[in-house]
Amino acid sequence: MKDQKGHIATQDPETVISIRNLYKAFGDNKVLNGFNFDLKKGENVVVLGKSGSGKSVLIKCIIGLIQPDKGTINVLGDNVPDLNTTQLDEMRVKVGFLFQSNALYDSMTVRENLEFPLRRHWIHTSKEEVNELVMEVLRNVGLPHTVDMMPSELSGGMRKRIALARTLILKPEIILYDEPTTGLDPITGKEISNLMVDMQKKYNISSIIISHDLNCVKITANRVVMLIDGTCYATGTYEELERATDSKVKQFFE
Amino acid sequence: MKKLFIEIGLIARFTGRFFTELFKPRFEFNEFLRQCFYIGNKSLPLVAITAFIMGLVITIQSRPTLVEFGAEAWLPKMVSVSLVREIAPVITALICAGKIGSGIGAELGSMKVTEQIDAMDVSGTNPYKFLVVTRVMGTTLMIPLLAVLADTVSLYGGYLGANIRGVVSWDLYWNQVFDTLVYGDVMPSIIKTFFFGFAIGIIGCYKGFNSNKGTEGVGQSANSAVVISSLLVFIIDLIAVQITDIFNLN
Ligand SMILES: Nc1ncnc2c1ncn2[C@@H]1O[C@H](COP(=O)(O)OP(=O)(O)OP(=O)(O)O)[C@@H](O)[C@H]1O
Ligand SMILES: [Mg+2]
Repeated sequence: MKDQKGHIATQDPETVISIRNLYKAFGDNKVLNGFNFDLKKGENVVVLGKSGSGKSVLIKCIIGLIQPDKGTINVLGDNVPDLNTTQLDEMRVKVGFLFQSNALYDSMTVRENLEFPLRRHWIHTSKEEVNELVMEVLRNVGLPHTVDMMPSELSGGMRKRIALARTLILKPEIILYDEPTTGLDPITGKEISNLMVDMQKKYNISSIIISHDLNCVKITANRVVMLIDGTCYATGTYEELERATDSKVKQFFE
Repeated sequence: MKKLFIEIGLIARFTGRFFTELFKPRFEFNEFLRQCFYIGNKSLPLVAITAFIMGLVITIQSRPTLVEFGAEAWLPKMVSVSLVREIAPVITALICAGKIGSGIGAELGSMKVTEQIDAMDVSGTNPYKFLVVTRVMGTTLMIPLLAVLADTVSLYGGYLGANIRGVVSWDLYWNQVFDTLVYGDVMPSIIKTFFFGFAIGIIGCYKGFNSNKGTEGVGQSANSAVVISSLLVFIIDLIAVQITDIFNLN
């Protein structure tokens, strides 16, 4: 508690997410070992790391899907592990999450998928307003004609866009992207990356992006963080890290 | 062996969670109705056809034995007791274990591996309440209804069966049936179907929620949901018959 208070007092108002000494293990598998990280307002930070290094675990801790063993995660002024269910829901309206596997609801149409977070977060709006919001985000991702389709009728790239639209519909201040371009062809991957940058500028969103895709990193990153051995091993701009001499960092840019 | 006990413990904990979540506010009524409709709609034709055939077959096969004892007139009596007490409820439960249990296991399993369950959590929805509570309540209420339907249809099958070789008038048949069937036959057999329904729902959801990554994980969940819930149906049936015996309800 003391730690948390001291933390808020020293927090820079421009910092939207601040993680200190984060630990998480599954049995003997130590995934995060004292991870430290700050995200500034309006910034796009890419987290790079090997498969299985705990990138998904990290952002699931931030959104409160996984309870960390130790450490503080300050998101917009609240320490996430201390929040109760209601407070978590309030936080999750402001922080969007794009899932690695899209997580579109198979049993619902695109429209129902997009309406789901609005209705469930009790954002009281009239039918017309909801419809207007749905069409607005669909236009933003360039797929207004898919509104009555089922997710199974869409291609991989289209699903990714719909998933992004579902994240955008709550107008979040922060978005956490879990591998937004993995599994897409390079051209579609580039389109999605550009779309992310456009949306970030349009709505002034801060974001954490997890990616292995160097094209995506180049387009989206203001700053890159290397997650190695459960710690924040190195940080810098793409160009700085590309020129780094450390062997562990170098591996990623070959 | 140790694995079996761990599994039983985990299922017990999952069931315990069902009761704590059940009484928390905001019951997902729309989703519950949708599930009830879906469960009923999906298995009604199959349950009806199977129950009808069972009624018919049991009657035809019981006939020669009774004729041998010169007790042909007892046919409706005997057949109705075995159909209503045992055959219709168990057949209904087994069909639902196969159709509904595997459906729930596969659906929740694929929702789990494609992170749809996490996505619900992030969208201000308690996935346990939205998915598990509604489905378990759905099976617990719908399977007894389906069993009552199966009772009726199988007795109708029995009527036809009795008329293939002998002649039993419509009035006589139903008079005999209602004379034979007493409260002690009908009530325990309906009460046990609530437990069948509950077991099928809980096991399907448990298996789905704990599905392993990958598509084989989903198939495995569906498969073991059917196996375990069918087994549980027989175990519950065994316990039910002991209880009715002890309290001398029949
Ligand atoms: N719920 C869980 N239970 C047990 N272990 C887990 C769980 N989630 C993740 N892990 C383990 O944590 C480690 C990190 O997993 P994570 O999903 O974060 O990897 P990742 O960096 O996102 O990899 P990828 O790039 O393949 O998505 C893995 O070893 C994984 O087995
Ligand atoms: Mg991952």
